[in-house]
Amino acid sequence: MKHGAARWIVTIAAALAAGAFMLYGVAGLAPFGSYHGAYGDLIVRVAVAQRHALNVATAINFDYRGFDTLIEEFILFTAVAGVTLLFREQLGPHERHGGDPDVDYELAPESDGIGWMGFAFVPLGALFAIYIAIHGHLTPGGGFQAGAIAASAYALVYFGQHYRAMKALVPHAFADALESIGGGGYGLIGVAAALVSGVFLTNVLPLGKTGDILSAGTIPAINACVFVEVTFGFVTCLELFVKQTRKTEKSE
Amino acid sequence: MTLAGALALLAIAVCGTGVALTRDPLRQLVVFGAFGIALTLAFFIFRAPDVALSELAVGTVLVPLVTLVAIVKTTRKQG
Repeated sequence: MKHGAARWIVTIAAALAAGAFMLYGVAGLAPFGSYHGAYGDLIVRVAVAQRHALNVATAINFDYRGFDTLIEEFILFTAVAGVTLLFREQLGPHERHGGDPDVDYELAPESDGIGWMGFAFVPLGALFAIYIAIHGHLTPGGGFQAGAIAASAYALVYFGQHYRAMKALVPHAFADALESIGGGGYGLIGVAAALVSGVFLTNVLPLGKTGDILSAGTIPAINACVFVEVTFGFVTCLELFVKQTRKTEKSE
Repeated sequence: MTLAGALALLAIAVCGTGVALTRDPLRQLVVFGAFGIALTLAFFIFRAPDVALSELAVGTVLVPLVTLVAIVKTTRKQG
């Protein structure tokens, strides 16, 4: 009993102290929506005129701060490599006995409708993703968002068709190659810019007419690279994750 | 802050609490999807459509799928 009472006293005292500290912190915050960033205000004012990109967020990501985004892309690349290493082929007893390694768990059979709906989302998702990617410098979204959308469409195949269909739809070597091309392409654009202008990742291509698909110089090209890299990085990860649901024990 | 913004923040608070209070992992995934949609709406209302798009795809499809696989892998009895 005594123990319980002491615990409550400590808990309440700690909660009051933490609560007071948080209230003090919240009271000192700047008012909602206020922003004091000279750099941000400046870039919003000059970006459209300087880079002919209507989506300033994309102009910052792939041009003004292109180097930061390159490193972020390498983070994703490294993460995918880590997942690949973690889930590398380790045969279960079922496969060692010569069984088919790609047998799915015996899930409840899907109706044909659900089965084919999984596939139906692939072209729709891919189309929408490509639209988002090529309009990255004009409308909200860009390579990363487009890649995540494309990978989502791929993920929906699992719900309709299970692992075997996922593996058949995008062969592993194909995904690997495209992921590397996307990741390397970004760096190569930077190197090419350095050869032409002397500075890595400078926007050296003609800027074109503001609002056109082919405008804003290197931004759409980098965008496309990021789209390909993110799409196939996620696809590789998803395929490896879903592979883990395979049956690895021999069923009688 | 607009009414829509306030409602979106409220939805985040409600859904987030819901995620924390749901005990069954499978049900938790569904609530987590709702949480993702609340976040998406908030990002959109606060004029960050780029972030809203990312959150929509990552938070409502990719994360639940990966978690679903983890649940299948850790709870299914081998047949």
